[in-house]
Amino acid sequence: MNEQINELKNQLNNQLSQASSLQDIEAIRVAYLGKNGSITELLKKMGGLSPEEKKSFGQAVNVLKGYATQAITDKIEELNRIELEKELNALPEIDLSIPTHLTKGSYHPITLVQRHCENVFRTMGFNIEDYSEIVTDYECFEALNIPKFHPARDMQDTYYLENGQLLKSHTSAAQNAIYKKYKDQLINEGKPIRAIFPGRCFRNESTDACHENTFFQMEGVMVDKNISISNLIFFMKSMLSEVFQRDLKVRLRPGFFPFVEPGFELDISCAICGGEGCPSCKHSGWLELCPCGMIHPNVLIEGGIDPDEYTGFAFGLGLTRLAMMKYGVKDIRDLNSGNLTSLDQFTDDK
Amino acid sequence: MLISMNWISDFVNLDGIDLNALIQKFSLSTAEVENEIFYKGKDLSGVVVAKIVSVENHPESKKLHLLKVDIGENDLVDVVCGAPNVRVGMKTAFAKLGAQIGEITIAPRALAGYTSHGMCCSEKELGLSDENSGIMEIFEDVALGTDIKEIYDIDDIVFEVDNKSLTNRPDLWGHYGIAREIAALAGRELKPLPKADLSVYNNLPKIDLKIEDPICQRYSCLQFENITRHVSPVNMRIRLFYCGMRAINFLADITNYIMLEMGQPMHAFDSRKVEKIRIKRFDKPFDFETLDGVKRHIDENTLMICNDNNPVAIAGIMGGLDSEIVEDTTSLTLESATFEASSIRKSSSRLAHRTDASQRYEKSLDPELTVSAIERFVKILSDWDNGVKITSSLTDEYSYKYDKVTLSFDKKFVDRYTGIEISNDTIVKTLKALGFGVSLENDSFTVEVPSWRATKDVTLKADIIEEITRIYGYDNFNVNTTVAPLYPVRAFVEKTTDEQIKDILVKAFGLHEVHSYIWAYTDECKKLGIEYESNIKLLNATNPNIETIRKSMVPNQLCQVKSNTSYASDFGIFEIGRVVNGLKENGMCDEQKKLCITLYSKTKNVVDLYYDLANMIASVVDDIKHRSLEYKAVTTELNYIHPKNYNEIILDGTSIGNIGIVHPTVSKKIDKKASVVFLEIDVNKLVGTENAGIHYVEAPKYPTIDVDVTFVTPKYAPIADAIKQVNSALIKKETVVDTYEDENGKSITVRLTFMHEDRTLTKDEVMEIVDKIIAILKAQGIEMKQ
Repeated sequence: MNEQINELKNQLNNQLSQASSLQDIEAIRVAYLGKNGSITELLKKMGGLSPEEKKSFGQAVNVLKGYATQAITDKIEELNRIELEKELNALPEIDLSIPTHLTKGSYHPITLVQRHCENVFRTMGFNIEDYSEIVTDYECFEALNIPKFHPARDMQDTYYLENGQLLKSHTSAAQNAIYKKYKDQLINEGKPIRAIFPGRCFRNESTDACHENTFFQMEGVMVDKNISISNLIFFMKSMLSEVFQRDLKVRLRPGFFPFVEPGFELDISCAICGGEGCPSCKHSGWLELCPCGMIHPNVLIEGGIDPDEYTGFAFGLGLTRLAMMKYGVKDIRDLNSGNLTSLDQFTDDK
Repeated sequence: MLISMNWISDFVNLDGIDLNALIQKFSLSTAEVENEIFYKGKDLSGVVVAKIVSVENHPESKKLHLLKVDIGENDLVDVVCGAPNVRVGMKTAFAKLGAQIGEITIAPRALAGYTSHGMCCSEKELGLSDENSGIMEIFEDVALGTDIKEIYDIDDIVFEVDNKSLTNRPDLWGHYGIAREIAALAGRELKPLPKADLSVYNNLPKIDLKIEDPICQRYSCLQFENITRHVSPVNMRIRLFYCGMRAINFLADITNYIMLEMGQPMHAFDSRKVEKIRIKRFDKPFDFETLDGVKRHIDENTLMICNDNNPVAIAGIMGGLDSEIVEDTTSLTLESATFEASSIRKSSSRLAHRTDASQRYEKSLDPELTVSAIERFVKILSDWDNGVKITSSLTDEYSYKYDKVTLSFDKKFVDRYTGIEISNDTIVKTLKALGFGVSLENDSFTVEVPSWRATKDVTLKADIIEEITRIYGYDNFNVNTTVAPLYPVRAFVEKTTDEQIKDILVKAFGLHEVHSYIWAYTDECKKLGIEYESNIKLLNATNPNIETIRKSMVPNQLCQVKSNTSYASDFGIFEIGRVVNGLKENGMCDEQKKLCITLYSKTKNVVDLYYDLANMIASVVDDIKHRSLEYKAVTTELNYIHPKNYNEIILDGTSIGNIGIVHPTVSKKIDKKASVVFLEIDVNKLVGTENAGIHYVEAPKYPTIDVDVTFVTPKYAPIADAIKQVNSALIKKETVVDTYEDENGKSITVRLTFMHEDRTLTKDEVMEIVDKIIAILKAQGIEMKQ
């Protein structure tokens, strides 16, 4: 009987060593330990044995059974290990030095510059407004103290529409509506008017690398009881320093715009030469950046605000110019071209 | 405008002042000065007065002469000179050996076999005028060898003021006005202009003058004769030249000189041609030849100076050829007038002819100037030509007087406007220096605006603030922040939504934001076969291709897609921009803010691309409004849209825009193999929809049961309706898991997910609901597929 057990054991070892898959092992398991397996069969044969033989044979078979179970489990583990190793080895080394092609979306550069400016003004308590592109003569000129036949209307070659409306030639065209929107809060609740309005403007001129008939500006106004020229200089300097992310020097020169009095041209110290003078600033050390001024009393009156009680300042930033300065865009026409080869670079810029 | 510092110092003592710093200050306080400052005479030295003692013809040259000149030294100097006007006894400007003329240093020079020990110079060579026909002749009675800089005002600092920054300052169009500013900035006195007293001619006859049109505000004139001088004094010519004007003859030069000095244009007529001066417009247009020989078309709006009915000059712009001073002119009539600014501006732009005079008139000149200018003219004329005889009394018609402007304000007003402390003394001093009349009583100011600032420039208290602060200097301001109560700033949702949309489309879907023009790209559209919708047009577009305002952004975007087909095989662009949907009832443009998206693909079929696009807008709407969209098929007549699958996009029951597929005839022109789909929605309609918000649903606590059912139907909508109709709280989700087509037609497999909030569901109760749905659909003839 013991030979039989030994033979089975050898046979099992033999078969297991040759098994190469989990199916093989399952077949072996069934062949030995299954309902009709060889080891199970051995137990069935015990019927004709004496109780003593039964006992010793039974023990021997159980030992064999235990051995077989363990051997099969070990073999399964071994196969799993080999399988895993194979899988690990199967993955090739990935070459990260191969250049990748990003398929990302992009913002228009004006959006990026506009958001940056808006964030600066938001931190200083300014409302951000939206305004139409087609406006009336009243909004664009009359409400801004530019009466009919005023030379200032010649200065801006405006696109007029068949119905008498026009494409707004400056974001100042939104001033009147802004005053009317917020004047009640100003007068009744004492809330100062602080607002910016970025927007697209249009001028009837021929285009080249430096001139466009369609461009973006950002207007800003602040009105309260005691807004002064001193405040204007403070705000312009602080805000522009934030916009350009460096400590700027600013200077004001008299500038004539009918909707402000006094009106100024604001220069900032040239970023390229730091004020020493270079070709970019025509050797003056200064860059003319934005017109600004104290809001003209007539403009406040048109907006329903009493100029004897309230004063304010207004300014206009050229967003298109800022974008060109910031990103080194040399041809202004690129911005409206819709050419993705150049525009897709502006993925984000926070 | 070019400004000569020598001229300025006729009126302001500038001794001991740093002139460069003063010019900078002027630029920061008055008007922009161009960067380049000209130091006249800086590179000129060693040029002296010399007398030609002998002239010999050069033996071999027809042009050259051999001269001996006396420069007041022991020896005469040998000079070779090519000028045609050399003659014995003539005094000229002579550059000695070692002299500096521009970049040239004079050295002995061999010329055709003779050595020249210096050079006789023309005015042009010396930079004094553009006269180059011969060497300069010096008439002044000075010792030979005198440096010409001692007799002429050659050294000068000239700077240029940007004309644009003088738009609102008629008083700054002459040196005297600039001098007034300089005096105020330097804290020095402004000297009066030397003028002649014309009252001595009051008994002479008046000129026959009548203003017949109110456009002429004032007309002053004077007649005189017997001018003997023809060439202007050298210093006058140098000044004119330095300030950018050519010397012509003595008479013309004085009128130009006074224009540059006082800003008042003047004109001299041959008296024979202006016996009856009438100023008027004509009913009918005619042609008129101006003194530059150009025939100009005069219409009924152009004011003319006439001799009775015969036009002799275009008022404020240019004189006529016919009344010009000629050889045999003996008597002259001098005009000094003011006209209404806008009329001159319009006439000059109609004629496309801007002159030094019209440029000044269109700024609203001070009518008070006309008589002073004549007084100044007579002073200069008689200073340099004592034979002149005045033959009329001053004739002056003053038909439009500006109101006197008097402004009152108090110190508090100034403090509030400036935000800094400027003393009463400084205010008074500043305003007086600028010519304002000022009286101060207990912190209250009363200010009288001088006539030269009262034509339009200074009318309000705020204007006075500018006068005070600009002279005070903005660089000297203490800067302060404002003091105001603090309130939260509420986001303006019309604006923030734009930014949200952009973020989703760029970040989640990789689209590219573009800008296109507000007008339709009619030419480009034509190339793609897109028939453009008619819409409101620009009146003054320079190019018909940019004339029609866009009604939709889709055609423009298709043109942009076309120009990007080589960019990538798949891409999408979007823009948030304005369109005009015709006119509203009140005649105003119906401007709408739209979001337009166009997707282009060469790798996807049009159905998948269309689903991609629908997914994008669904995602936008879900993020922003937490709502889902519905679609409704509509028809269109627009030729660039595929007639099938054009849908309205419906949000909360309202159409917010359309989604569609580009018509194959157009898309094939974009690219033969590409699919192109688009959508356009009204952003403000999206903004206006109420946000449904996020309603939190807990994760299921009990197992869910999924049941897949397949129906034979071309559309999902009836299934959705049936599910809605059953209205079971146990249905948590329905998902379309498959659609396919076989001989029975189109089938849709929908997976219904069931769950009970409080217990495990049984299969029976689930199937009961499913059966209900099946029954509803069956009643409509929609069969379930086994």
